[in-house]
Amino acid sequence: MVGSLTRGCPRMNVKPLTPSDLALAASLLLLLGLLSWRLQLGLGRQLAIAAARTTVQLLLIGHILRLLFAHVHIGFMLLISLVMLASAGQEVMARQHRSIRGLHGWLIGTGAMFISSFSVTFLALFVIIGNVPWYTPQYAIPLLGMLLGNTMSGVALGMDRMTETLWQQRQIIEQRLLLGQTAGQAVREIRRQAIRAGMMPIINSMATAGLVSLPGMMTGQILGGSSPLDAVHYQILIMFLICAGTGFGTVVAILGVERKLFDTRHRLRLDVLSPP
Amino acid sequence: MPRLAVENLCFQNRGPYSFRVEGGECVGLQGASGAGKSLLLRALADLDPRTGSLHLGDIDADAVAAPIWRQKVALLPAESGWWLELVGDHFTDFGAVDEDLLATVGFERSVRNWQISRLSTGEKQRLAIVRLLHNQPPCLLLDEPTASLDPGLVARVEDLLVTYSRVHQAPMLWVSHDPAQLGRVSRHRFLMESNGRLIDTGVSQDER
Repeated sequence: MVGSLTRGCPRMNVKPLTPSDLALAASLLLLLGLLSWRLQLGLGRQLAIAAARTTVQLLLIGHILRLLFAHVHIGFMLLISLVMLASAGQEVMARQHRSIRGLHGWLIGTGAMFISSFSVTFLALFVIIGNVPWYTPQYAIPLLGMLLGNTMSGVALGMDRMTETLWQQRQIIEQRLLLGQTAGQAVREIRRQAIRAGMMPIINSMATAGLVSLPGMMTGQILGGSSPLDAVHYQILIMFLICAGTGFGTVVAILGVERKLFDTRHRLRLDVLSPP
Repeated sequence: MPRLAVENLCFQNRGPYSFRVEGGECVGLQGASGAGKSLLLRALADLDPRTGSLHLGDIDADAVAAPIWRQKVALLPAESGWWLELVGDHFTDFGAVDEDLLATVGFERSVRNWQISRLSTGEKQRLAIVRLLHNQPPCLLLDEPTASLDPGLVARVEDLLVTYSRVHQAPMLWVSHDPAQLGRVSRHRFLMESNGRLIDTGVSQDER
């Protein structure tokens, strides 16, 4: 994968990591767990579960990717992208303090991510990068993964802000409805805040990229032996795609929440939210 | 002369309610706390899911958009809501607010630039009444409109609202815990029992 991105650059191989290298890194987490226990932070359990999940999930995807790269088929690609989408949808629900009850809540977040991440990824693969076939997994999977991951954060943040603020400001929203405002007028500011909340992380990371942090993908490409400039070009592309994907996804999700939380008679329907 | 006509109104396992409030008439609604008086007003303003029909004159609530209905059947909630920085920001056109209306509830035009965060509960309530009447709604639903006011101002606000109802021939439904107040503002009384049943206690004969 990396070799195809370089242009006339001497190819280096990544120095492989041994299990003992990883164990050494894991011992840092163990130390952190001890500290958490000592200070009674109550983070130990969460830390252990998250670290275990990272290990298992990444090893699993590593093997799946190896299989995918060996057997390029659009059916496999479709299957794995749907699994990724469904997991992202689940995660969005888990990050809501007061989520929308039932299948609808899941559909709003998942639908928004589907519309934005999939269309942006498709555009990037088909029009911008232009591999044959366009779904070449070495490009498609990481790209979709990055887009889904970031869109998921934006959608989850935005939806959570929206439902939480509507709940807290219900008296004011109903006052505005009583004065004859439409649902759209009554939530205009809250809608704007929620969309901003979803988009701020990616806007901030675009603003600091290269100054404070070297983005992960670029770092990976450089570690893999790409020339820094090639890596930078890809990183700029990715940043733009992520920003577009997150922005469109968050807007769609917030409009979905708004539609669900007000009925056709412009009533605030907090009964569609599940208790925290 | 528009009248508020309620037919088989049901909401949240309550009802059916059927009654009429004639144009220019004030109906007093009393009953224990928690009986559902405020819920009834909310349903009349179409703020909660409901069945049954609501008419104001020949306007059918279900035939017009809900915001239009709420501009006509205006509910003054027990606690008013303010969401912007200054008092004047909450009016579509504060400059057009009637000077006399402001003066009646004890304000001058400069109240426009007052900070919302510095208003007392009573001031908010009086300004909410100004905001409500400034829109000239043809029907009023009042939920404890004077509950947070100084005794000296209660009579003025009562007079303001009753006069508005008479001049505009607006049907008015007035919720209060104070039988003496309902005696002053209304001759027709409804009583809501704690189980939510609404009893028309009829029109008292004594002229106010």
